[in-house]
Amino acid sequence: MNTNQDVFSVTGLNVYIRHIFDLDELLQDVWVEGEISGFNRHASGHWYFTLKDKDSQLKAVMWKTSAARQQYIPEHGEKVRAHGRVTVYEARGEYQLYCDAVLPLATVGDLHAQFRQIWDKLEAEGLFSPEIKRPLPPFPRRIGVVTSPTAAAFQDIQNVLRRRWALAEIILSPTPVQGNDAPPQILRALRLVDSLGVDVILLARGGGSMEDLWCFNDERIARAIRETHAPVVTGVGHETDITLVDGAADQRAPTPSAGAEMITPSSDDLRMRLRDLKIRSHEAADSSLEVQRDSLDELKHKLRLVSPVSMLRNQRQRLDEVDSRMRKLAALRISGLRDRLNVEGRALELANPRNLLRRGYALITRAGDGKRISNAVDAGPGTSLHIQLGKGTLTATVKDRTLDDNA
Amino acid sequence: MTTHDINLENLSFETAYEQIGAIVDQLESGELPLEQTLALYERGRQLIKYCEGRLDAAELRISQVSGDSDGGFRVDSLK
Repeated sequence: MNTNQDVFSVTGLNVYIRHIFDLDELLQDVWVEGEISGFNRHASGHWYFTLKDKDSQLKAVMWKTSAARQQYIPEHGEKVRAHGRVTVYEARGEYQLYCDAVLPLATVGDLHAQFRQIWDKLEAEGLFSPEIKRPLPPFPRRIGVVTSPTAAAFQDIQNVLRRRWALAEIILSPTPVQGNDAPPQILRALRLVDSLGVDVILLARGGGSMEDLWCFNDERIARAIRETHAPVVTGVGHETDITLVDGAADQRAPTPSAGAEMITPSSDDLRMRLRDLKIRSHEAADSSLEVQRDSLDELKHKLRLVSPVSMLRNQRQRLDEVDSRMRKLAALRISGLRDRLNVEGRALELANPRNLLRRGYALITRAGDGKRISNAVDAGPGTSLHIQLGKGTLTATVKDRTLDDNA
Repeated sequence: MTTHDINLENLSFETAYEQIGAIVDQLESGELPLEQTLALYERGRQLIKYCEGRLDAAELRISQVSGDSDGGFRVDSLK
């Protein structure tokens, strides 16, 4: 034993133990069956009693608010089914059942038989078939809520909807949710809110005893759910409570809060999905720009091959070729011409009168007027003549002349 | 681009959200011409901004419907 360990006060330890009880889910919502013993209706309105079976016993208390709602008042020795939570009464260091409902076991049996009978009938009719369940709208704009406005359930529903999907409009269709009068009013509230054209309906009630929840085992409500325009989600009682309306609903949630979650998307999720979509669209646009840029580069390359500049370059090259061919042709032509010119030059040379003169012929002109004399008629005796020879010129005077007969 | 092609006023959140999904799918297919890619990207960007704005500005409205004895009803705002 280590005396240096922390030491609790009695109260401290009892508080610690109570916390352990309070953190246990099962103990917060439990049904227990046993026999009533030492039943005491205190003047304050609270009930104190013990539940026992042949081997064990459990202390129980029912506060006056719950006790006042009890139609059934138990008596010593009766077998009952009790609902409530188990926790620690610190002042005594005792744990006990804080009871909110007690049913006589005989009634429980009756109710169960009755419930089973209607359930089987409606199930046989196909009222609970999965095939006829309607899908819930992903983003409901108007949400019909059928419940009691004074109950904690409605507050829970508002909190969930405000947190998850404040874009919606809630239309509360108020109705009592327990007691014998409740079913027709639930029915009316359901039909009324459906007639407003809501996107989805949540039919809800917080936890309670089996008797409290009994109004949700009404056959008329179960049938009415299958006739609404909007799909219906139920959130009635706790996880373990199944009622006829749960069977008929398009979806069943274990609690009112869970029902509110079921019919709405979560804004936080949507924000995350929007962020994700933003990134994806950015990346997609970016990569498609990249692809476009690549193909643009490719096009640019192809374009360069067929561009005017390169065509011009090709043309210029061709032009150069043509040019040099033309130059060659021209050169050929010129030399040909030159050859011909030489030939003709020679012919001309041959025809040159000087050549004749050189060969001994003479060119005779009259000295006075320079007229060439080829006929003796033109030069009478005494006429002064120039005689041009191959080399040099003579001046002579005509002594005599002989004329041709036919001159 | 902001003035003529998008009328967000009458758009429901659901429609806008669906359009964003379709736009991203189209963008991710990578088969669009450049002009259309840019236009879609721009529209997607605006739709996302619109949806985020709607979520940020949202304020839960609560009303209550009550039936009359003569079969009518009225809807009153709560709070």
